Amino acid sequence: MFIGAIARGMRVTWRNMFRPQVTTQYPEEVRPKPPRFHGRHVLNRYADGMEKCIGCELCAGVCPSSCIYVRGADNPPEAPVSPGERFGYVYEINFLRCIFCGLCVEACPTTAITMTNLFEMSFTDREDAIFGKDLLLVGEEGESRHEGKNYDPLSLSKRGGWMRATSPGGDADYEGIPGWPSDAGRGVETAETGQHNLPSVNAEGSQEGSGAVSEGYP
Amino acid sequence: MEKDWLDHGITILVVILIFTVQMLITTFLVLFERKFVAWMQVRIGPNRAGPWGLFQTVADALKLMVKEIFVPRGADRTIYMLAPFLTVFPAFMAFAILPIGPSFEFVHGDKTHVVAIQGANLNVGILWLLAMSSVAVYGVMLAGWASGSKYSLLGSVRASAQVISYEAALSLSILPVLLWTGTLDLQEIVAAQSGWNWYAFGLLLIPFVSFFISGMAETNRLPFDLVEAESELVAGFHTEYGGARFMFFFLAEYINIMTISAVAVTLFLGGWNGPWVPVQADPAGWQVALGVLYFFLKTFVLLFLFIWIRATLPRMRYDQLMSFGWKILIPVNLVFLMVLAGLVVMQEVGAWPAGFFR
Repeated sequence: MFIGAIARGMRVTWRNMFRPQVTTQYPEEVRPKPPRFHGRHVLNRYADGMEKCIGCELCAGVCPSSCIYVRGADNPPEAPVSPGERFGYVYEINFLRCIFCGLCVEACPTTAITMTNLFEMSFTDREDAIFGKDLLLVGEEGESRHEGKNYDPLSLSKRGGWMRATSPGGDADYEGIPGWPSDAGRGVETAETGQHNLPSVNAEGSQEGSGAVSEGYP
Repeated sequence: MEKDWLDHGITILVVILIFTVQMLITTFLVLFERKFVAWMQVRIGPNRAGPWGLFQTVADALKLMVKEIFVPRGADRTIYMLAPFLTVFPAFMAFAILPIGPSFEFVHGDKTHVVAIQGANLNVGILWLLAMSSVAVYGVMLAGWASGSKYSLLGSVRASAQVISYEAALSLSILPVLLWTGTLDLQEIVAAQSGWNWYAFGLLLIPFVSFFISGMAETNRLPFDLVEAESELVAGFHTEYGGARFMFFFLAEYINIMTISAVAVTLFLGGWNGPWVPVQADPAGWQVALGVLYFFLKTFVLLFLFIWIRATLPRMRYDQLMSFGWKILIPVNLVFLMVLAGLVVMQEVGAWPAGFFR
């Protein structure tokens, strides 16, 4: 009674026992994130350190879950925060509401807000879920102020592909095309090389043991 | 031979030893199962508690023990509290009759003491096992009934129907061994298999396979785990249990798996028999140790088979389970029993060459 079939099934499980495991030991070992990963947002700066946000509230308007709160203010003439008239005086994102759709990134006229590959955002308090400018704005060197464990603050490279592909100045086949003036972090970056060679985006050695995973991306 | 204090002391020592070993093996069996199933699913399995996750089960048990004891509303309090013990107690008792290693003698003063590595050498032997596995059904049944929950009740109804059905097949696959050896005494059954005369290698392969299958059903292992079918009944009869009482059910399940494997080893795979461990009156110390090792090695092989099957086969449908038990296993066993009885009679009247298959 189905003995042949049972034997075939047993052979499959037996063979599997000697195959290398696919498990990623997460806290120690992080899988590289795809370039278009929808992680948490950052507010970017120009190469001279000026903030890109002009406080126009388009992101807040387009947000389907109303998780963004922006209040603009006039730039102080003697020490402007952003080039232009106004800047984002208050900028808050409630990450308990955010659905990481990325519409804010599409709406932003200055690429001030982009998404990153950062995803470790657990909090123990509802208040902590609201990220203000102190956490969202990248630092003077273009580093993200992120508190995740497996995180290299200067790793904000290769995360803007999705934005480039969907923005008016971008190209779906974005390889080699700097379709947008800048990207997350600070200043202007060189064109992407495409998704074929995923960079090690997180902690050292994160590529080890997970080679099979990165092959999954086209 | 009159027993003195030393004999009783030895018995108590052996019982404590067996109990400890049983608990230890059960603890690691849970880990082995999780590890092997993980490997077969190309995962790593538990590896956080201790080196290679060795203390995972210990951690789980500690967690379960410190959890709150609660009784759901609508439960029959007394029976609800009692049921886990009714399950775990027979599980321990069933293992007690198995000879784990060869008996040996030592001389103290002017008396020779016999040490049997066996909880109790009952003259009813294997019957005790059947009795205990039947008693264990009560625990499951009462747990389901006393919980006052539909899932528990359905699980326990399934459990009792399944266990009672397969109990018949289990007993019928033990009978050929008893017929062949002519005794219920497990020591003698093991001795009769010395020198590679393991029953599973001969004519008694059919009852061995049948015993293994019905043992799987008896312990509610995966192809037959309708009792606690997660996708249908939440957790079956122990849905409403938590903490230490759930742990007892869990423990009983794994002890039962080990007991079934160990009984299969004793009845069909020669018990502690193996190379360099002949059946003799006075074995050397290393031979005793080797015999015990053989016993657990064989048990482990069968346990691995249990785990392997669990990782491979899907759950049976309920009517398939019943028709497989009643329409295939029991008739096959009955026919085999009749053929074997004929053979034994023929050997006794000399119509069949003596020593053939024996």
